[in-house]
Amino acid sequence: MEARARLLDLAAFLDRLERARGADDHRVRGLRAALPLLLEKDPPRVAKILNLWSDPTTEPIEKADTKAASGVWPKIK
Amino acid sequence: MAENKISMRYIEPHGHMVSRTTDDYQAMALAGCKAICEPAFWAGFDRKSADGFYDYFCQLTQHEPKRSAKYCIPHYAWLCINPKESEDMGLAKEVMAMIPEFLKAPTVLGIGEIGLNKNTRNELKIFEAHVDLAVQHNQLILVHTPHLEDKRKGTRLIIDALKANGKVQPNRVIIDHVEEHTMAAVLDQGYWAGITLYPESKASPQRAVDMIETISAQRVWLNSACDWGHSDPLSVPKAALEMRRRGHSSAAIDRLVFGNPVEFLSQCPKFIPPEA
Repeated sequence: MEARARLLDLAAFLDRLERARGADDHRVRGLRAALPLLLEKDPPRVAKILNLWSDPTTEPIEKADTKAASGVWPKIK
Repeated sequence: MAENKISMRYIEPHGHMVSRTTDDYQAMALAGCKAICEPAFWAGFDRKSADGFYDYFCQLTQHEPKRSAKYCIPHYAWLCINPKESEDMGLAKEVMAMIPEFLKAPTVLGIGEIGLNKNTRNELKIFEAHVDLAVQHNQLILVHTPHLEDKRKGTRLIIDALKANGKVQPNRVIIDHVEEHTMAAVLDQGYWAGITLYPESKASPQRAVDMIETISAQRVWLNSACDWGHSDPLSVPKAALEMRRRGHSSAAIDRLVFGNPVEFLSQCPKFIPPEA
């Protein structure tokens, strides 16, 4: 029941997005890119999704323009 | 349920109690909490001077242990300037200069929670300086890994910096807030790993137990990192209940939520293992 409820919440969120107006958002791109990973045959699905959303670079940055993280690397394709 | 609650004992190895109410202390005591460890962290806003940190360190080492004692829970602290405020290197160095004085306090266990936030060069330099300070004073180290999309990169930078120091003993370091994509890398290098249970932005109790089952229950602790944000001071006993639901033995649960943190923390002679 718990997974069913969460899946329906996610479906409702995507429906709300369809109704909303706004610019393209990297967090939505990240969410959509992660959905096919749920259907992959082999685990670990959670790690695959977390890796997909992660900053793939390896060097420290000069300076941050925010203290917060958004959940998805902003330059995700 | 009542029997579980009475028989449960656990350590909260990472809780920001200065942000919590006395009701939370009472609930934790009733749930079986036998000790709380409080790392220094970001207050939700940037402090303007080192004096603000001096007062905070006094709060952590003098006031909060008294508040906790009213609920029969020993309270310990870790000290540092957190990564969110270490971008200002002048302030960071001023704050770090005060830390040795506070390390003498009877309830201070080590340096933490140090680490990275947005993986900047300045954050990394201050992290390395904290590691030097910990080595110089023979202190345990508690490391904060960055949030969300910054975690994997930050964890790698942190592990590289700890290795580069050359004098850090991995078994005296806990790298906290691991998730499914970082936990194995931390454990493989000989460090302890902390799994933080958050309602949204870190692991749920269910995911934490999945990690215990599929990656490791050795050199791992669970914590709530309860603070001023969306967090749950009872998330460790909730994870224990999840383990019980899945059929884990009482001994395995006790080992994870009590024995493991006691083993790590007992490397500091100031930590007094709670009686069974």
